[in-house]
Amino acid sequence: MKVSTLLSLTSALALAAVPFVAQPAAAQANKKIKIGFVTTLSGPNAAYGVDMKNSVELALEHMGRKMGGIPVEVVYEDDEQKPEVGKQKTDKLLQRDKVDFVAGYIWSNVLLASYKPVVDSKTFLISANAGPSPLAGEQCNPYFFAASWANEQNPMGVGELLNQKGVKKLYIVAPNYAAGQDMANGVKATFKGQVVGQDMTKWPDQLDFSAEISKIRAAKPDAVYVFYPSRWGVQFYTQYSQSGLKKDIPLYSVFTIDAVTLKLQKDLALDTYFGLFWAPDLPYATNQKFVTDYKKKHKDTPTFYGAQSYDAMNLIASAVAGTKGNLKDKDAVRKALEAAKFDSVRGPFKFNTNHFPIHAIYQQEVYKVSDSEYDIRTISKIIDNLQDPNAPKCKM
Amino acid sequence: MLLLLFEQFLNGLQIGLLLFLLAAGLTLVFGIMDLVNLAHGSLYMMGAYFAAVFTQWTGNFFLGALLALPAGALLGIIVEVVALRTLYTRDHLDQVLATFGLILFFNEFARVVFGAGGMAIELPSWLEGQVEIMPGLPYPSFRFLIIVVGLGCAGFLYLLVQKTRLGMLIRAGASNREMVGALGIDIKLLFTLVFGLGSALAALAGLMSGPITTVQIGMGDNILILALVVIVIGGIGSIRGAFIAAVAIGVIDTMGRAFLPNMLGSFLNPSDAGTLAQALSSMLIYILMAAVLVLRPAGLFPAPGR
Repeated sequence: MKVSTLLSLTSALALAAVPFVAQPAAAQANKKIKIGFVTTLSGPNAAYGVDMKNSVELALEHMGRKMGGIPVEVVYEDDEQKPEVGKQKTDKLLQRDKVDFVAGYIWSNVLLASYKPVVDSKTFLISANAGPSPLAGEQCNPYFFAASWANEQNPMGVGELLNQKGVKKLYIVAPNYAAGQDMANGVKATFKGQVVGQDMTKWPDQLDFSAEISKIRAAKPDAVYVFYPSRWGVQFYTQYSQSGLKKDIPLYSVFTIDAVTLKLQKDLALDTYFGLFWAPDLPYATNQKFVTDYKKKHKDTPTFYGAQSYDAMNLIASAVAGTKGNLKDKDAVRKALEAAKFDSVRGPFKFNTNHFPIHAIYQQEVYKVSDSEYDIRTISKIIDNLQDPNAPKCKM
Repeated sequence: MLLLLFEQFLNGLQIGLLLFLLAAGLTLVFGIMDLVNLAHGSLYMMGAYFAAVFTQWTGNFFLGALLALPAGALLGIIVEVVALRTLYTRDHLDQVLATFGLILFFNEFARVVFGAGGMAIELPSWLEGQVEIMPGLPYPSFRFLIIVVGLGCAGFLYLLVQKTRLGMLIRAGASNREMVGALGIDIKLLFTLVFGLGSALAALAGLMSGPITTVQIGMGDNILILALVVIVIGGIGSIRGAFIAAVAIGVIDTMGRAFLPNMLGSFLNPSDAGTLAQALSSMLIYILMAAVLVLRPAGLFPAPGR
């Protein structure tokens, strides 16, 4: 066959294919629900992406891989923890996979780089972790929902805990990126004492905190508050403990201890203070089912990243069921999402006007299950029905 | 204040010495074999993983470290024989490409073999504590050990390079490779030995930093860039240059992080002060590099004849 013949044949085929692809749009209800899920599946933080993926899969199994009777397909994408890669993968999900929902996102900076094309294309985006303050405030969007929290919420709980413990002088250390800044501001929003020092460290390259720890020693605060997710949390806890300060200056944290880091932190995480909206031992039936089945399937405890992903899937399912699968009616989908008619693993859950949850924050602690096994348990409720401070700035 | 200044200097010295251990191996390989080895950071990572595994296995950090060093050297020799030997005559760009491929290989290898979650190296309890260096200045014992090991290693390398026959060959190789070969020295064996020594140094750096920063996939990728800066400042192939440059960079970086934010914090909010301080302290490192390159294009202590 001549090249020219081949080319004309191919172009004829391509032409013929166009109207064929366009056709299903006319149908009323979707025949299949397609969800794009962006998380970190490679590199040092892959453990969290895998935990989220496991939890999404578990949620799908629990709902029989159907939402409102319609089969579901989830397309996973790896953001490599890089904003530019996350944006690329998000574009791919929208343009090539033509997904009905986009969900996931661990890192605030990745989410901030990726959310625009999603909401601009009028696709609903459900964050399963990151809750950066701009998206909760001025840049809130009718197409954005957080199944997790606003960045400030959990730190606000810790700030209240610091007040309850009578801390007067606080030293803050956090990484210098969108989430780190929010986590520092969150604790300052409720903490009533004096902040005697604050260091914002280079993110994500800085792994050695000797200079900051020496400054803490010199500043003599009553307590130290840190936000260091994943491996950075292990590093900070290790170095803080090696400096000998842990027994004199108690360590408070947020998102720094989870089931993955705990395997490395072990004793270092004992006798430290932290607050979070969820723990594996919260007594709600959905939570018990999630945690028990997860442990059975993966021989491991899920992290809060997983819990939020499980919630994100159930939130989407509630919206699909609520609209009987007619996802073309965007207003109806939004109303169904706002109603949040699903059982969250964290118990009572409702959306604020900015599409961020209103929920409780609990004080938690690490305890020894056996010689080599550690787990997280709830001590008490610090604060109930906590709203995030950015909601009033949101005009939708 | 003076005490804090001294403590921060020690912190800087400790980071610098860790950097030196890594850069020393890199500068040897680059200087003598003329090989750009980006995978040096992977050997650093593998050294840390070896130490973590052997420490778990033997239950003792020192036994673990003792086993990890030859394991690291052996791994380096295998990499040299299998992958890098064919690259000596090739262009630097080809070497960069091939060794970058090795980085990807080792990162994935570590994920498959050791898992994605990383590992911790358990220290004996007396190393988890502090030593009182001066009254009122407790310093983490393990960081102090890094300083001791780093200085010891610098001394050992000095003696090795300046006083032994192997050192003579290393110096000769750094100055003129062809001539060493022409004089009847088995250059292949020398290269393999040097690469093994470099790998052992990388493994030592990795296993010393493991208990502080934990052992993670990709832990060598970032620090490698700093190590490259060190060898450019110090002069390619020069251990003495690497030592001075590494300590200078460690101290500059730490002092910058320690004192700039507070100075800037008097008129900026903490996160802006943090951003600016980080930018300034990492800029200082590159300004130092630029200044050295302008005044002494071959670095502070270039190998003679290069």
